[in-house]
Amino acid sequence: MRKILLSSIILLVGITFIGRLSYLQIFSFSPNQILEDPAIKAVYDYPERGYIYDRNGKLLVANQPAYDVMVIPREVKPLDTLEFCNLLGIDKERFISQLNKARVYSPRLPSVLVPQLSKEDYGRLQEKMRRFEGFYIQKRSLRYYDTNSGANVLGYISEVNEWDLERNPSYAAGELKGTTGIEKEYETILRGRKGVKHIQKDRFNRDIGPYKNGTLDTLPEQGKQITVTIDKILQEYGEKLMTGKHGGIVALEPASGEILALISGPTYDPALLVGRERSRNYSKLHYDTISKPTFDRSILASQSPGSPFKTINALVALQEGAITPETTIHCYNGFYVGKRKRGCHCGGGTRNLNSGIYLSCNAYFAGAFRKIYDQFPTSAEGMDVWEKHVKSFGLGTFLGYDLPTGRPGRIPNKEYYNRIYGDNRWSSSTIISNSIGQGEVEVTPIQLANMTAAIANRGHYFTPHVLKKIGGDPISIPEFTEAKHTTIDKRHFEPVVQGMAEVYKKGTAARLQIEGIEIAGKTGTVENFTRINGVRTQLTDNSVFVAFAPVDNPKIAIAVYIENGYFGSRYAGHIASLMIEKYLKGEITRVDLEKRMLEKTLEEEYAKPYSGQPFKINERVW
Amino acid sequence: MSVSGKSVLKRLDWFSVLIYISLVFIGWINIYSSTFTDDNPSIFNFSSLHGKQLFFIGTSAVSIIIILALEANFYERFSSLFYIVSVVLLLGLFVFGKTIAGATSWYDLGFFNLQPSEFAKVATALALAKYLSDIQTDIKRQKDQMIAILIILIPAFLIIPQPDPGSALVFFALIFVIFREGLPLYYLGIGFMVILIFILTLMFGTIWVSIILGLLLALFLLLKKPSFKVPIIPVALIYVAIVLFSLSVNFVFNSVFEQRHRDRFSLWLRLEKDPKKLEEIRRDIGYNTYQSEKAIESGGKYGKGFLEGTRTKGDFVPEQHTDYIFSTVGEEWGFVGTATVVILFTTLLLRLVYLSERQKNDFSRMYGYGVISILFVHYFINIGMVIGVLPTIGIPLPFFSYGGSGLLFFTALLFIFLKLDANRLNELT
Repeated sequence: MRKILLSSIILLVGITFIGRLSYLQIFSFSPNQILEDPAIKAVYDYPERGYIYDRNGKLLVANQPAYDVMVIPREVKPLDTLEFCNLLGIDKERFISQLNKARVYSPRLPSVLVPQLSKEDYGRLQEKMRRFEGFYIQKRSLRYYDTNSGANVLGYISEVNEWDLERNPSYAAGELKGTTGIEKEYETILRGRKGVKHIQKDRFNRDIGPYKNGTLDTLPEQGKQITVTIDKILQEYGEKLMTGKHGGIVALEPASGEILALISGPTYDPALLVGRERSRNYSKLHYDTISKPTFDRSILASQSPGSPFKTINALVALQEGAITPETTIHCYNGFYVGKRKRGCHCGGGTRNLNSGIYLSCNAYFAGAFRKIYDQFPTSAEGMDVWEKHVKSFGLGTFLGYDLPTGRPGRIPNKEYYNRIYGDNRWSSSTIISNSIGQGEVEVTPIQLANMTAAIANRGHYFTPHVLKKIGGDPISIPEFTEAKHTTIDKRHFEPVVQGMAEVYKKGTAARLQIEGIEIAGKTGTVENFTRINGVRTQLTDNSVFVAFAPVDNPKIAIAVYIENGYFGSRYAGHIASLMIEKYLKGEITRVDLEKRMLEKTLEEEYAKPYSGQPFKINERVW
Repeated sequence: MSVSGKSVLKRLDWFSVLIYISLVFIGWINIYSSTFTDDNPSIFNFSSLHGKQLFFIGTSAVSIIIILALEANFYERFSSLFYIVSVVLLLGLFVFGKTIAGATSWYDLGFFNLQPSEFAKVATALALAKYLSDIQTDIKRQKDQMIAILIILIPAFLIIPQPDPGSALVFFALIFVIFREGLPLYYLGIGFMVILIFILTLMFGTIWVSIILGLLLALFLLLKKPSFKVPIIPVALIYVAIVLFSLSVNFVFNSVFEQRHRDRFSLWLRLEKDPKKLEEIRRDIGYNTYQSEKAIESGGKYGKGFLEGTRTKGDFVPEQHTDYIFSTVGEEWGFVGTATVVILFTTLLLRLVYLSERQKNDFSRMYGYGVISILFVHYFINIGMVIGVLPTIGIPLPFFSYGGSGLLFFTALLFIFLKLDANRLNELT
């Protein structure tokens, strides 16, 4: 017993050790060594973010260097604090508090002392920098905007958040990513791929050389430049016209679906969200709840379309054989729904399709709308057909354009009305407001523009998009290059287009004619309501206008939606007309008109609901 | 009775020598790796630690030749003298000692720092063997037992205040020798009970220990054969003694121990139940163990390869070339490497047990057991600590850890025995 005691203990200990070692090295071993190893640090080499150009090759977004003054507290030697502070343009208290902050974070690791110096400060500092030990300047790349417009469509970049990190393993904390607009949509193209270097670290986190001589390292892959369909000049011009007005302008090229301009008013200078003042500026924009500059009205504002929607109802009626272009309907300065009279601005008289459109006669379209439904045994069946036709114009859907936000708008269907009124307890008269684009129908400006493009193309459209070229190669994305056909036969478009052309000749927009360009358009004056302290209150009508030009070979289709601008021809019509002229002629001949549009603002209108006082609407102010 | 050098080499147990050489070689390879820097790659650079260790290995080789060349009975004859010298040296430390890393354990000899506690291990093993093998000594006598234990305790108590409790602990291992020679086993039983009660009290508290012990006792009384008479009073006294001891454990733990000792125990026995706090303690108090465990774990089955250990290169494990050298083995050579080292140690120790048992001479056998006890306790505590199954007690891994005194005296310890073993047939003639 005594002889084998020690041997047994030796053996037992050996077995225990082997067991423990196999637990550690075989069972607990995790294959993700490189990621988890505190001795290996992955250092990333970031490629330059791709530039963004407009449709004509004009630069929109590039990069600019920014210079951070960094400090490694341990290496700081006594220095002339006063001189250094003067060079940096900060006061001594701030310098000391920043230095202490850095020391608390880590005495050995670099911290930012002063972020994002201007080029001038950098120039002055650079030559004297070597005298200040422990400090150095680190260059980093920020976005540079070669335009002060397009903030909503271009989008901005910001630091990735926790959520991004969890969802996407290719991001690391502190990296930048596209957060909105094109920057977000085409993030992967613009971003490129970062390179990685594995650095061997010691326990003080100091570099002691490359890991495995860099065999696992990769080189960065440059971000690609992209060309967008936006016309820089048109975009800038449109934003100028929108000064002091709330609303959206969307201009498309009907033949391709390319978005020429995507304007939301009010907007902001994209450069505000770059650099030292970024977060202060962002808060200012974000908390402006009245004008909401970060809310892209061109794609997010879902509102009643008003009269431009009449063109769609006309097309549906023609397609279903409810009317012919010659069908006449009499307007009694309005029309009757049951015993209630609904008004009309057209002046009264007998209207056919042509005059119904150019005079925007409510009675005519109410009649045509009823006739569609009268074709079917039940209103529900009529509704199905109507809905199918209307939706074929891309209304009531997200459209599928390449921007990260959007609204589907609303095209009501039978389920919608069954829910409101009870099963089949409604008829065409109940929903008659939809005939003139009021009521339950809601669209966004981009949908309105797309609808106009479909009419301009006489029956088809291309999904609106902003991407034109990636790295110089034109895109071939079927979603954007294949035509979507409406359910209306081509022949029915001509009379409607004719009516829209007459709008400019003798109709509601007769004074907005541009010399030498034949335009087809449609005005809209949209009743709208808000709630003030819980009371439903009517506001000044929204001014809406859609147009395309030239009539026979459309180069531009445009929708302008100006909140509380009163008559369609007033603000929206003027702006649409100027935009078309700018795009097609490159210059403005009607200087007076332009001057008036640039100077007039609607701030007074927008202040009314917040004034706390009773106010008048639809005032004749000019 | 002259022993020529040739016959010593012939009779030398080459199997043990081979394992010794392998361990020293593997150890040096890992010291080289753990002290390696890219700008100092030369193997024979004597200003670097691995270069110095190479010098110590050379010195040890010379010492082996001297040890083997000396008369075998030299060691037995002078063992008392060695012991007295070592005790004097330990005492001298209080006056002339050099302090390194907080412990006054060295004499500064200019070219070399001598650690007398290493020498004392050899001397005590020799002295103990000498005393026990004396014809006058009867281990069954209590007085002789006490003297034997005293031989162990004197150097141990001189080392504790250095402070170097780890080295002192090594001397207690020599009790194995006395056991082998007939110290009643209940000493071991009591020792084992003391440790068990100590741990159980820390883990479950005095009350539970008393209750469970009482229940076990009651169960025993119920189930015993009626004919078996239980000496009631002694059993009751033992029970009371245990409860009192358990109470004193709490007192010692809370009042005598310092916070760092408490932390080590609470980490080892996982006394902290909050997993967050436990993790904190692991990274903070248990930093060394945490880092060495992680380094070993990261080696996986086959390791990262020689000079490829990222944590070794980054000096993440403190004292890696000395007490924590085994973690380098784990990281760079993986399970294959660590298992090999454990097997080599186990084999060497078992081989030494076999060699001891075949000695005809009592002194040789007892010294052999002394060698085994000392080597084993180093190996057990060191690797146990590095792989996280024992609390942190800083003692080196024999033949492996960087250090001149250590390597020299472990070598002497082993080769004196191998010399005695080689000489065993001469004893008969």
